[in-house]
Formats: sequence, structure tokens, C-alpha cells
Amino acid sequence: MDRRDFIKRSSHLLLFGAGGATLAGCKTLDELAVVTDSLGGVIGSQAGSQAQSLLRVAGAASRAMEELDAEQEYYLGRTVAANVMTQYKAYNNNEANQYLNHIGRYVCLASALPETFGGYHFQIIDSDEINAFAAPGGLVMVTRGMLRCCQSEDALAAVLAHEVGHVEYRHGLQAIKRSRITSLMTTVGVEAIRHEGGAELSQLVSIFDGAIDDIMTTMVNNGYSRSFEREADRAALKILQRTGYDDRALLAMLEEMGRRLTPGGTDFAKTHPTPDSRIAEAERLLSTTRRPTTSARQARFERTMRNV
Amino acid sequence: MKTLSVNVRTSQLRSDPSFLGRILANLNYGSKVLLQEVQGDWLRVRSGQQDGWMHGAALSEKEIVINPGAADVERAATDSEIALAGKGFNASVERAYRQRNSNINFDAVDRMESTSISRDSLGRFVREGDLNSL
Repeated sequence: MDRRDFIKRSSHLLLFGAGGATLAGCKTLDELAVVTDSLGGVIGSQAGSQAQSLLRVAGAASRAMEELDAEQEYYLGRTVAANVMTQYKAYNNNEANQYLNHIGRYVCLASALPETFGGYHFQIIDSDEINAFAAPGGLVMVTRGMLRCCQSEDALAAVLAHEVGHVEYRHGLQAIKRSRITSLMTTVGVEAIRHEGGAELSQLVSIFDGAIDDIMTTMVNNGYSRSFEREADRAALKILQRTGYDDRALLAMLEEMGRRLTPGGTDFAKTHPTPDSRIAEAERLLSTTRRPTTSARQARFERTMRNV
Repeated sequence: MKTLSVNVRTSQLRSDPSFLGRILANLNYGSKVLLQEVQGDWLRVRSGQQDGWMHGAALSEKEIVINPGAADVERAATDSEIALAGKGFNASVERAYRQRNSNINFDAVDRMESTSISRDSLGRFVREGDLNSL
């Protein structure tokens, strides 16, 4: 089974496409062997039939856990966001943050994943760096430097829609190493049998810690793959077209970003494909009729963002 | 009639298939509803005596078992349509992680999560900005 399917098989109801298929039958012998191995490590040497029975129940719990459900995604997302907010500082301009949350909330409603366990929330980061982060589950953080690349509310919506795209496609979760998911499944199985938390909790925290590292390394240090960025841009265009924002604002924002980014810099320049290559790809997906921003939108954008 | 479970912490049963529709009820994680009708991304469902609309993203075909015990785990062995709530990464894991990493800024995240935009405020924002109703 493709690793991507594993995470992407989201627990929300799929109205279109191959919804309803279950993963229970997909487990390969290899994967089961890994579960058995690590289970052996966790439960120690249990004799014959008892070990078999433990394995059977652990297998049952594993099947129930074959995806990171919305609740687990939420807890991962909170900790990822907390790590980002430790590296950076919040920008406490209430009016600007409220404005960002209105645009963000509206934009996410037009996405394929408008509701998440804890909902979408948006925060400005006090940094001149040009950067934005989307933690799993919908905690989105955008730097002042990135906001300054936006010349309209529509461009701001494009930035947020791109980040919502990363949430929708669960790009963050896909950075988690497969072996950690296997350990997670095993540990949950063992916990269900033993009815006692101590050893398993400590094991779960270690797996959690590793998963957070995986996500942070990809999201903040290395960046997502080019194909994930393209996927998020495509999601953003679709969102903009549904909402009535000008989809060309994504291009305008990318052009401005191209002018402002320092080549070889440590921010967006390091973790994203060049704006030029993204523009070329996005241009093919623009709507045929242009719907430019309105004067009312531009007025509220300038009023709120002029000091940011 | 198919039973579905609410898959997010809280979702709303609405009067119309739109996020700007009037809120008839708030439904919590694991609540069960009966599917009546599908219209695009929106589902008309029955919750108790009430009929209303919910977005498909907030619902799962799996039965979500709150506070699952060993019996539920056994049941999940033969029924892949069961999800066990609160298993794996949960509030206890976060608490233990925070104890190990006291420098990590969860307060900023709590503040972020406390922002909420009311339906009225969002409706005004959409109208004044000449944007589409969703």
C-alpha cells in the first residue's frame, strides 16, 4: 500500500471518489512482521497462547488505528504550532489578526476540508522573514514579511488558501516516518490489553516526540517536495475560484515574493520552489474570466494592513 | 438509513446547506446522526428529533467509540467501521510532552485557538467584500 494512502485516507466522509474502502485487508506480511517484532519487544517474553492472544487483540487495535484520526492530528498540530511559536514570536496586533482570521476562516470553508477537529486558526508571526507554516489540523502562522508581499486582500487570501491546501492534503502528517506509525499502532494495542498507562504513555510520548521532529524538520528546515507545493497551489486556486477572490492574486503575490526573496536565504527561499516555477504552473489553471478585487475589499485591506 | 458519527470536536446542525445557515444545534465528537439526503458536499441528517444540514468533512462513516474499553477493542477486531476515540496521541500525551519540554510555547497556541469568528461577523465580512456565499 502506498504510504500516502495510509495517511491521506482521512477519516472524514468522502462523498466522491473511493470512499468507504477499508485498510484492514491491506496490511502486508512485512508490516505485520514489524508489528509482531515490536510487540515482542513491548510485552517481553509471554508464553505461547497468551502471546498469541495478546497479538490478536493488538492486531485488532492496530486495525482500528490504521489512520491518524482527526483527534490525533489535532494533538500533533498543536505541538507543531507550539514549536513554531517557540522559534518565532507572535505579532500581537489584534485588528490585523482578526482580519487574517476572517479571511482564513472564509477561505477554509471553500476548501475540501472546511472542518477539522479543533478548527482553523490563524496567527501573524513577528518576523521580517518571508514565511508561512500550516500545522496539521489547521493552525496557520504567517510572518509579517510574507504579509508585506501581499498588495490586496485577494493576495492575502491566496497565501492562506495555499496553507489551507497543505492542511487539506495532510502534507505535514506525511512527513512522519512510517516506523513511528507502526510503533504507535503496536503501543495502542498493548495499552488496550493491559489497562494500565505508565509504560505505554512514556512510549507514546517518545513516538510523539519523534513525529513532531519529523514534521518540524520537513516543514521548517527542509520544506515540502515540489509536488506538495504544486498540490497546495492547485488547492489555493480552486479555493480562490470558489470564493470569488481574484485567482490571479496568487501570481501577483508570487511575483512580489520573487522580488523580495533573497536568493540562498534561510526562509521561504530555502524551503519552496522558486516563485517563477510556481507561476508558470499556476498560470495554466487560472479561470477564464477575471474577477478583480473590489474597492471595498481594497479599502479594508489598506486600513488594516498599512502598519503591518 | 445510514448512521454517521461527528468527527470533529464540535460541529453544527444548520437550517440550510451553507456555512451561513442558521445553527439549529451543536453536536459533539462521537455524536450519531442518521443520513437522509446528500446535496454536493452537504448532508441532510437527523439528530434526535431534529433535521438539519452538516458538511461531510465533519462526519465519518465509522462509529466513534468514546472511552473505548477492552470489549470495544475486541469488537474493532471484526468490524473495521469502528474508531476508538482518545487512543494514541491524546491530551495525556500532550501533558507528558509539555512536562518534558517546558520551554515550548503552548500558551501562544491556546491564545490562537481561542480566536473565534461568529457566523454574523463572517456573513458581514463576505457581504461587504462582495464575495460568494458558501
